[in-house]
Amino acid sequence: MNALVPLPVILPLLGTGATLMLSRRPRIQRLVSMSVLAAVVVVSGWLLYAVDRHGPQVLWVGGWPEPLGISLVADRLSALMLVVSSLVTLAVLAFSIGQRMTGEDQEKTPVSVYHPTFLVLVAGVSNAFLSGDLFNIFVSFEMLLFASYVLLTLGGTEPRARAGTIYVVVNMLSSALFLVAIASVYAATGSLNLAQLAQRLPTLDPQVSLVLQLLLLTTFAIKAAVFPLGFWLPDSYPTAPAPVTAVFAGLLTKVGIYAIIRTQTLLFPGSALTDLFLWAALVTMIVGILGAIAQTDIKRMLSFTLVSHIGYLVLGVGLATPTGLSGAIFYVAHHITIQTALFLVVGLIEFRAGSTSLLRLGGLARLSPMLAILFFVPAMNLAGIPPMSGFIGKVGMLQGGLQQGSALAFALVIGGVVTSLLTLYAVVRTWSLAFWRTPEQARDLTATLPEMGREAGVVAEGADVVAHRGHVHVGPVTVGVRELEEAMRLQSDEEPDRDLYQLLKDDDLPHRVPRAMAVPALALVGMSLVFTVIAGPLYAYTDRAAHDLRTPSVYVDSVLSGSRR
Amino acid sequence: MSANVTLILVAAALIGCGVYLVLERSLTRVLIGVVLIGNGANVCFLVAGGRAGGAPLVGETPEGQMSDPLPQALVLTAIVISLATIAFLLAMAHRSWQLNGHDDVQDDVEDAAIRRRAATEDADDEFSGHRDSDVEVFEEEGAS
Repeated sequence: MNALVPLPVILPLLGTGATLMLSRRPRIQRLVSMSVLAAVVVVSGWLLYAVDRHGPQVLWVGGWPEPLGISLVADRLSALMLVVSSLVTLAVLAFSIGQRMTGEDQEKTPVSVYHPTFLVLVAGVSNAFLSGDLFNIFVSFEMLLFASYVLLTLGGTEPRARAGTIYVVVNMLSSALFLVAIASVYAATGSLNLAQLAQRLPTLDPQVSLVLQLLLLTTFAIKAAVFPLGFWLPDSYPTAPAPVTAVFAGLLTKVGIYAIIRTQTLLFPGSALTDLFLWAALVTMIVGILGAIAQTDIKRMLSFTLVSHIGYLVLGVGLATPTGLSGAIFYVAHHITIQTALFLVVGLIEFRAGSTSLLRLGGLARLSPMLAILFFVPAMNLAGIPPMSGFIGKVGMLQGGLQQGSALAFALVIGGVVTSLLTLYAVVRTWSLAFWRTPEQARDLTATLPEMGREAGVVAEGADVVAHRGHVHVGPVTVGVRELEEAMRLQSDEEPDRDLYQLLKDDDLPHRVPRAMAVPALALVGMSLVFTVIAGPLYAYTDRAAHDLRTPSVYVDSVLSGSRR
Repeated sequence: MSANVTLILVAAALIGCGVYLVLERSLTRVLIGVVLIGNGANVCFLVAGGRAGGAPLVGETPEGQMSDPLPQALVLTAIVISLATIAFLLAMAHRSWQLNGHDDVQDDVEDAAIRRRAATEDADDEFSGHRDSDVEVFEEEGAS
C-alpha cells in the first residue's frame, strides 16, 4: 500500500518530461498533462482512504535503512490536502486549456512551457505535503517556487516583470532564511527527519528550541503571507494570467500554512506560542480585509481577502486545541477550493467583459446570468453565509476560540465575525457594481470622477492628476488617485482604452464564454458546495486528523516503527 | 559539538553585507546581495557539520576522524538551487533593462500612489526634495 505514497510526486514529474518532449504536439501534450493530473486525483483519493483506514503510510525512498534515507509520509492531514489540491489543480489545468484554445489573442504564452511548469508546480506541492524530512520540505518549496516564478512572469510583460521581481526576491530571501533555520536545527539535533526531530527537540534547552521554532515560523509565515510578512502577495498575484493566479491563491499560501501546522504540532507541541499566533491572526484578518474594501479591481480585492482569511487559519493553528485545529483543517480545504473558484470566475469575467476593473464593469448579470450565479455562490461562501462550508469552518474555529476563553481569544472571535461581515461587504459591493448596475450607470459614474477632480481643483485641464494624500475629496465623496487616472484614460479619445459600455456599443465582445472554461469553474463552485453537503463526515475526518496531530506519537511511531505495511 | 567561530563570523559578515545590498534599488545589486546571503547560509551548514575531518570513506579515514558528509550534501543541493535562481534573476534584470532602460526595482502600485502623494504634499516631500537637491549639487560639482 505504501507504494502509493510517492506517486503524487513522481507522476507529475514524469509528466513534465513527457510534455517537454511533446512540446511540438500540443494536442497530445494536453492529453498527457490532463491524464497525469487525473491519475494523481485517483491516487490521492486512494491514499486518503488507506490512511484513514490503516493509519499513516510511510515510504523510505530508495530503500535505505530506516533513519538514514528520506521518508515520505502520508497521514490524515497530508492525504486530505493532497486530495483537495489535486482536484483543484485538475480544474485549473482544464480551465487554462480552455482559455488557450479559444483566445489566441489573449495571452501570448508559449504553450510548450506552460504544461511542464504547471506539472512541476503540482509535484512540488504534493512533495511538500508528503515529505517527512525538513530538507525535503525545502526542496519541494524550491520546486514549486521555481515553477511559480516562471508562471508568474509568463510573457515577460512590463507589469509582470515588475511584480515578478518583488515576488522572486522575497521568496529567495525566505529560502535563505529557511536554509539558516535548517542548518541550526541540524547543528542542534543532528537530524532533519521530522519524526527524529520530534523525539530530540524536547530534550534541548527550551531557549534553543524557541529560537529554532521562531526561525521556522518566520520562514513559513512569509510563504503563507501572515501579517506583517504578507505585503508581497496582493501586489504580485493579480498581474499573472487568471488560471495562474487561481492556482497560486489556492495552493501556495496553503502550503505555508500546512508547513506551520506540521512543524508546530509535531516538532514543538510543548510551546504553543498561542498569544503570538492570535495577535498575528487578528492583525492579518483586519488589515487584509480593510485592504480588500479599498480596491477597485476584482483581482486585487480577492488577493486581499486571501491574505485576510489566512488569519482564520492562523487562529485555528494558534489555539492548538482539537476544536481549533480541526476547524483550521476544514477551513484550509474549503478555502483552497473557494479562492481558486473565485479567481477562475474572475478569469471568466475578464474574458467576457474585457476587464476586471470595477470602474469599467456593469450589468454583467443581464449580459451573462450564468456568470452572475457563478460569482455569487462562492462569494457568499467566502463571506461565510450559512449554511455554506465557509460558515461551518468559521464556526468551528470561533468555537475553539470561545472554549479557550482568554480575553485575547474573545477579541479574536469578535475580530473573526467583523472580518466575516466586512468580507460580505466587500464581495456584495463588487457584485452590485459589476453585475447589478447597468453599463450606462457605470459609465456615468466613472465619467463624474474627472469632473469631481476638476471641481476639487486637483485636475487641471491637460495636466497629470495631482491629488491630496493619494485621494481626492469632493464633499463626502473620496476617490483614489489610481481610479481617477483610470477614469480619465477611459474618457480621453486619444487612447484606445474602452470600458464595457463602449465595448457593448461597438459590439466588440466575445459572445459567450467557451464551455471549456466555464465547466472547470462550475465544477469548482460545485465542489465548494459539496463541502457543505458532506460537512458531517468531513468534519469527523478533520477531528480525527486533529487528534493525530495532537498526539505526535502517532506520526513518530509509524515512521520509526520498522514495520512495513 | 564545538562550533567554529571563524566560520560563524564569516557567515555573519556575508549575510550582513547581503542584507545591505538587498536594500538597494538596483536589481543587479540586489542580486549580488542575494548571492552573498545564500553563501552565508551555506557557510552556516559547514558550522552545523561540526569539526572538519578526513574524507568520509570507509577504509580511507578512521571512523572517529571523518567529517560529517550530510551538511556538505545539503550545501551542494542548495548551491545548485541558488545557481538556477540567480540565473533567473539575471534574466529578470535583463528583461527589466530591455523594457525600462534600467534595472531598478519598480514600486508597488500602492507605494507609487503614496509616492505621488508625497510629491505634492508640502510636509511629506522631504524624500523627493532631497533627491532633487542631491542631483543638483552633484551636477554643479561636475560642471565646475
